[in-house]
Amino acid sequence: MQLNVLLFASYAEAFGGSRMDIALADDATVADLLEELQAMARARGLPPAAVAVNQEYAAATRRLAPGDEVAIIPPVAGG
Amino acid sequence: MSRVAVVERPLDVAALVAEVSSPTDGAIATFVGVVRDSNAGRPVTGIDYSAYGPMATRELEAIVAEAAAAFGGVRVAVEHRVGTLAVGDASVIIAASHAHRADALGGLGFVIEELKRRVPIWKREHYADGTREWVHAGSSRSAPLSGGVA
Repeated sequence: MQLNVLLFASYAEAFGGSRMDIALADDATVADLLEELQAMARARGLPPAAVAVNQEYAAATRRLAPGDEVAIIPPVAGG
Repeated sequence: MSRVAVVERPLDVAALVAEVSSPTDGAIATFVGVVRDSNAGRPVTGIDYSAYGPMATRELEAIVAEAAAAFGGVRVAVEHRVGTLAVGDASVIIAASHAHRADALGGLGFVIEELKRRVPIWKREHYADGTREWVHAGSSRSAPLSGGVA
């Protein structure tokens, strides 16, 4: 499964754009996506991020589907 | 009715107060978040705010609904500004209206604390020495849920 994930803030800057393609197994979960990101994020000095699926925070066990809107959510800092 | 928005224009406290006011309500509590001229001892000249707009709106809608449920049906209007803001500019304004002050004040506090904890909005500070840095002081609500990356 090829996912086109949305990137924001420090992640968008570090990866050079607001979207990134990531290849995952067809039965991949949010945890699998985070594991795939981990080394890339660490190498760029990025903080731990969360994942949103279809505009809602997603649990690690959530299964991903090709049509999902998947976003990497760095630590938030509104207010 | 409550209302939330993420906007790219200057914020207007008086407009939000007028929006939530009602003849049945005896208390309107307001919060104005303003860009400060320093952070952790470093002189700050401005802040870039950005958002995951659709999700930020959904989270804000959930938060004001939770506030209404927990604080006697308090009605809340909240606007968060995005873009490049200067010192003194308002970044967020909240107005909470209720018949009595306890629920107006309680609802107001709940909304700003939850906004800071979970609404996908980010800021990059500009410092007097010309450098810029992303602020990662907060932690994402979902970090425990998702496990985090690093």
